[in-house]
Amino acid sequence: MVPTNYYVILSAVLFGLGVFAFIFKRNVITIFMSIELMLNAVNLAFVAFSQALGKLDGQVFVLLVIVDAAADAAVGVGIILLIARNRQPLNVERVDLLKL
Amino acid sequence: MGWAMTAPLVVFFGLAALAVIGAVSLILQKHPIHSALSLIVVMVALAGLYLLMVAEFVAAVQIIVYGGAIMVLFVFVIMLLNAGVEEHTSLSKMAGPPGLLLVLALAGFIAATVARSGASVQAATQTGALSSTKGISEMVFKDFVYPFELTSFLVLVAILGATVLAHREKS
Repeated sequence: MVPTNYYVILSAVLFGLGVFAFIFKRNVITIFMSIELMLNAVNLAFVAFSQALGKLDGQVFVLLVIVDAAADAAVGVGIILLIARNRQPLNVERVDLLKL
Repeated sequence: MGWAMTAPLVVFFGLAALAVIGAVSLILQKHPIHSALSLIVVMVALAGLYLLMVAEFVAAVQIIVYGGAIMVLFVFVIMLLNAGVEEHTSLSKMAGPPGLLLVLALAGFIAATVARSGASVQAATQTGALSSTKGISEMVFKDFVYPFELTSFLVLVAILGATVLAHREKS
């Protein structure tokens, strides 16, 4: 049996890598993928605790998170297409229309 | 239990290494399509970890929805937009070291909290009798039926939003 601590620490490491990618990357699509990475890390912690406590609530929450990620992806891809259609580069530093 | 490497532990470390390598590769790759393929590696490794935790339904959903639907959407958009290699300005290079510090602090904080409270969360004696798919279906359609119905509304709103955003105005 793998201790629950290992799963939670792996989850923390993956979440940290996701945060770093979110800060460091400059492409809109890659930043969006790092959000998905963070959601995956949270899912891992949910399933690990669900297994540790012997209850299935965590796995139901994972399903809800996955539905939310799918909705995120649909709306986010729409926004990315809109940025690209306006002939802007997909670099977040160039998308500064709302900047004062 | 000692430090003997049992078979589940070996599988765990293999899949965990695969997931971390994929996540690091996502950061290091310059081209978005390579980052997307790295993310698929992470998701498949996580599905393997879910199988290791006897959460077979979540593993299947992870493969089908994340590995199948969402990543195909990403790869499709990258190909459609012909996204090139990302460029780093001086400002974004400057964001690297503080970001690394922040991430190390965050991960260290979480790891320290886990290590301190580690004794209280013990791995339950796993009996194979806990059929997770049947249990999940009963919970989703009995205890969590209102949140479940609300997610259908969420997906409907997301579809409408995506349609409105992608709609080309005729003028």
